[in-house]
Amino acid sequence: MYLEVNELTVDFHTEDGVVHAVDGLSFGIERGTTLGIVGESGSGKSVTNLAVLGLHNPETAKISGSIMFDGQQLLGAPRSTMEKLRGNKIAMIFQDPLTSLSPYHTVGAQIAEVYRKHRGVSKSVARDRAIEMLDRVGIPQPKIRVDDYPHQFSGGMRQRAMIAMALVCDPGLLIADEPTTALDVTVQAQILDLLRELQEQTGTAIILITHDLGVVAQTAHDVLVMYAGRAVERGTMPEVLREPRHPYTWGLLGSMPTLNRPVDLPLHPVRGTPPSLINVPSGCPFHPRCDYMKLLGPEVCKGERPELAPHRGHGDACYLSPSQKAELRARPAEETK
Amino acid sequence: MLRFLIRRTLAAAVILMIISAVTFLLFYAIPADPARLACGKVCPPETLAQARHNLGIDKPLMVQFVSWVVAIFVGRDYEGLGHCPAPCLGYSFVNRQPVFDTIIDRLPATLALTVGAAVIFLLFGVATGVIAALRQGKALDKIASVSSLIGASVQIYFVGTLLMYFFVYQLHVFAQPKYIPITEDPVGWFSGLLLPWIVLAIIFTANYTRMTRSTMVETLSEDYVRTARAKGMSGASVVLRFALRGTLTPIVTIFGVDLGTLIGGAIITETTFGLQGLGRLSLNAVNNSDLPLLMAVVLVAAAAIVVMNVVVDALYAVIDPRVRLS
Repeated sequence: MYLEVNELTVDFHTEDGVVHAVDGLSFGIERGTTLGIVGESGSGKSVTNLAVLGLHNPETAKISGSIMFDGQQLLGAPRSTMEKLRGNKIAMIFQDPLTSLSPYHTVGAQIAEVYRKHRGVSKSVARDRAIEMLDRVGIPQPKIRVDDYPHQFSGGMRQRAMIAMALVCDPGLLIADEPTTALDVTVQAQILDLLRELQEQTGTAIILITHDLGVVAQTAHDVLVMYAGRAVERGTMPEVLREPRHPYTWGLLGSMPTLNRPVDLPLHPVRGTPPSLINVPSGCPFHPRCDYMKLLGPEVCKGERPELAPHRGHGDACYLSPSQKAELRARPAEETK
Repeated sequence: MLRFLIRRTLAAAVILMIISAVTFLLFYAIPADPARLACGKVCPPETLAQARHNLGIDKPLMVQFVSWVVAIFVGRDYEGLGHCPAPCLGYSFVNRQPVFDTIIDRLPATLALTVGAAVIFLLFGVATGVIAALRQGKALDKIASVSSLIGASVQIYFVGTLLMYFFVYQLHVFAQPKYIPITEDPVGWFSGLLLPWIVLAIIFTANYTRMTRSTMVETLSEDYVRTARAKGMSGASVVLRFALRGTLTPIVTIFGVDLGTLIGGAIITETTFGLQGLGRLSLNAVNNSDLPLLMAVVLVAAAAIVVMNVVVDALYAVIDPRVRLS
């Protein structure tokens, strides 16, 4: 595994209590593949990836477990090591490119400085590289636009510039945190295409964080569904799309509009709201929102915490037996017909 | 940029004209007669009328004001005092000296006092504010907030007098505050102004510490600061190149206002330390009903504030490329 996260736990100590943002999360990603991490707001997706980059404030965040990147333990690594990795071997792009780019520096300068920092090249070499990167991500007239400020770019161009900045040092791992959420739908598809194209060229591993299963379905090879700081389902993208196993994943799929779905059929949103991460529900954290608790009985769902099967491959953390799931899955399928 | 400067300069001229007119009217609204002061204790009506005529205050208000304005641009001839070349601010009612020369004579003391102090409180305030923001909730942060609260609460005449008593008269650490032109004696210039600088800095630093701290705390949580860290920028570079840049705008704003106000009249500071600057001059002008001098100090004070405002607005555009001057 290129990146292997094991039993990662991130707690924040706040005045209201300890927030269990990530609780015993394990996943891995190979070079050249894309892992989609899906979940609602507050499910721990972003917190996990900020932990990979070591961007949490060590005074408020208590992190344990293991993060192995290319054979190197990142948890507890000295700051200088992390600074050499960030932007160089591991890069990140964020949700809102307008606020994520510095308004005070030109787009070119922001790209060039990463290259200078990690490659120690001269200003003019870094500038040429910035122009080359802007060209690669499809910015027209890169020689002129390199001196523009982010506010002179459109939303989609800003995200392209963000991607250029993230990829300027040919990182082995790119973490894209909701890269299309702040963009228009048409631009979203362009950005996802661009990411896929660049991945084919460079072999970068991509972690794509999103709340939108649709985004992942188009792009990712593997998918990890997170709920309340834990993984509830993992598998390859076709596996999870064809045969989703966890009721939460069913909920996510059922709340997603698709083209081949009858227009008059209502969407099924997941009822309720995400749980507090200070008082995470006992047992399966999804049980207060789960429609199938009555099948198993509350004593089961509130009892021992279901674990995601440790072996690789398609797995989920639910008490329902495979036959029960198959039966339940058949029902909404009938509804669609 | 050029259009911005032209427009703002014209606007500034209008503002200064209005302020001058208001000052002029206010002067005549107060029940003090400069002619009576010039005339002496026993004052027969003829002598009083003569004094009025000599001071030029026997003419209608409008005529007086217009000739005052015109004199600034083209100069003016005074009976018995001769020609006053442009920019002419008239002759003092009290000592019959050209007001312009008096202002030029006193301006360096005020400039040296305020600019010197401003450099200290700006640098020190921003530095402590940044440190406090980076050490949120730690001992250093708490020390900074307590001391800035104390600094903001005390008055110049209190701290100034106290420090003078201990450090000048008892311990002889500082020289007696006085203004010596830097061209005459640089060391004397520095040591004479050091205590006033420190006292002004104590009062003003607090504001900058608090402002810098709160804005810095806000900026540090901005997405682009996180991006800078995610790019592998070192801690110091993140703070200085990214976060500090975002905190400059409010600091420049209050700095411009403070500097303008101080140049216009550090009356209390100058009085506390016995420095002969514009502040003392304005106090004398009011006490002596010296209209030409009063008009001149008000004009300088207003100009300082107006100019600093234009400078601040221009600086916004330099700091933040999103700001377009229009």
